[in-house]
Amino acid sequence: MSIQQAMSPRPNQAALRKNARLERWALLGLAAPALIATFIVVVVPVSWLFYLSVIGADGGYSMENYIRMAESKSYARIFLTTFEISLITTLICILIGYPLAYFLAQLPERAANLCMLTVLLPFWTSLLVRTYAWLVLLQKKGLINNWAIDLGLWETPLKLAHNMNGTVIGMVHIMVPFLILPVYGSMKAISRDYLKASANLGATPAYTFRKVLLPLSLPGLLAGTLIVFILCLGFYVTPAILGGGRVIMVSMQITNNIELFFNWGAASALGVVLFVITMLILLVSSRLLRLDRILGGAH
Amino acid sequence: MESLPISIKGVTKTYGDVYALDQVDIEVNSGDFLTLLGPSGSGKTTLLMALAGFTRPDYGSIKFGGEEVILKPPHLRDVGMVFQNYALFPHMTVAANIAYPLKLRKIPRAEIERRVNEALATVRLDGFGARKISQLSGGQKQRVALARAIVFKPRIVLMDEPLSALDKKLRDHMQIELRQMHDRLGMTTVYVTHDQREALTMSDRIAVINRGRVMQLGAPREIYDNPANKFIADFIGESTFLPLRQRGTRLFFEDQPVLAGNAPETPREKFLVVRPEHLIPITSEPPADMNLLQGTVQRIVYQGDATLFYINLKDNISLVMRKSGDRYNGLGDIKVGATLKVGLHRDDAVVVAEEEGEADNA
Repeated sequence: MSIQQAMSPRPNQAALRKNARLERWALLGLAAPALIATFIVVVVPVSWLFYLSVIGADGGYSMENYIRMAESKSYARIFLTTFEISLITTLICILIGYPLAYFLAQLPERAANLCMLTVLLPFWTSLLVRTYAWLVLLQKKGLINNWAIDLGLWETPLKLAHNMNGTVIGMVHIMVPFLILPVYGSMKAISRDYLKASANLGATPAYTFRKVLLPLSLPGLLAGTLIVFILCLGFYVTPAILGGGRVIMVSMQITNNIELFFNWGAASALGVVLFVITMLILLVSSRLLRLDRILGGAH
Repeated sequence: MESLPISIKGVTKTYGDVYALDQVDIEVNSGDFLTLLGPSGSGKTTLLMALAGFTRPDYGSIKFGGEEVILKPPHLRDVGMVFQNYALFPHMTVAANIAYPLKLRKIPRAEIERRVNEALATVRLDGFGARKISQLSGGQKQRVALARAIVFKPRIVLMDEPLSALDKKLRDHMQIELRQMHDRLGMTTVYVTHDQREALTMSDRIAVINRGRVMQLGAPREIYDNPANKFIADFIGESTFLPLRQRGTRLFFEDQPVLAGNAPETPREKFLVVRPEHLIPITSEPPADMNLLQGTVQRIVYQGDATLFYINLKDNISLVMRKSGDRYNGLGDIKVGATLKVGLHRDDAVVVAEEEGEADNA
């Protein structure tokens, strides 16, 4: 049998292989524009950033930018603030976004699409416009304070803008859709039959949520949390406007270094640290996500 | 395992103007295997979902062993259910899936383990407890779903086309296995399928459902041999229908009087049901109690275990005769284009009428 196989002619074998090879190259060709663009706008500037960060004030190679960052208390505070705000924003986004995504996933198709539109609507409005809109609402003599005082809810204006409160409120508003979208996607992918089966076997809706819906939607929740947290880490516009200069995040310090101190080295070093932290978070969470898939959470 | 009777009375469910269930009355005896059989969209799944508590009927009564359950939420109904796509929790192992209803019933851990193993043994999957759901084949998933549905010893088990995703060989095998398990455990089973052969194979009784109504309820043989109307005769088995004309008390096909086992009294149009396996080729003098039909052989289809002969009577009415593929009986000599005389015994000849209300809709 095997001898016969070995001796039998194999017509067109070489041509067919060449065909397969050409097909692979053609596919790669489709990805080429994106690859080239990524190289030019991401890889090259990031490398340049790395290079700048190890250049000292005297123009020679030096680690002084990093040493200053490690020693200075103000830098530590900036990083702390950045993480604090990102964490709080992400948590609030989860608290608002997860139940909302669950609600949307239960709606019939048409109603869900309509609601989804309202969730996505802010995406199509300028970030700057939305942030200033919040300023109008939140400032000392803004709409919220005026109404609340008129209604007698509180007497002296609350400090809602130009501080951490305003920053977090504005950032949550902008970030929530980034959480809802992946969670909604993963919830939609959960077959209704799982929920029915759980109920049929005797589970209350709350038990079903804990044991079936939550674990199965966890990949979406993790993905959403990650996107929001990472976007928060590098956020600039909203904290700059709503923080009123009192809340300084890493991105703002980068701007300061360039615009006020003309120190490209320090700015680059900050950028590099932020970049590395983001990469580390991605790395760790991709491990977590994969672990989740091993446990069977993905479907 | 104990069992409970089910009493369904006047259950009605509408979606807009459409009646998904229209005054359904079914009594299921304790320990019976009842099949709801009907085409897709007939309402059979809606009825099963109403039994499980997932569909809220407009009105009606559903009793499990005398207790009204129509207002009970699904998680308090205590019925086992096998879903069409199994609905096994993908993030849990086989054992965790089966243990799920036991944990909910606060059964001690050691007892849970014992009963999970027992259930796995019942469905012949010993040692599969630690497997992930994604590692199972279709047939194995089927068995796990079954184990999960019976492990908490429900007195009623509902099954929604549980075998439809399996290939034919496995399906045939599982039909027998499911039925044997039912006989061994003794719970009342309500089974939904659109596959008439499956229904005939497995059931104590069959409820044929169409357009939200129970068309006929009876034992498989009753339904097959004495279909209540044309829809049922058409849906169960393969039939051709010869239109009949009434003259006085006698029925005629063309100008030939028809010998039949029954004669429904109805003003609606009547048909003679001709099933492929009931036709016999007539070569010599025919017996007196045969209906004789003659036509031209139009097409011959060889199926291995049987051969189909398509016979064209006049007026474009076509019959099918199925004969098993024996080599000695001369069937092989029949060629396309030949004239063939076939007989239908009066005991096999069934007359049906159009289903009530069918003509109004047509």
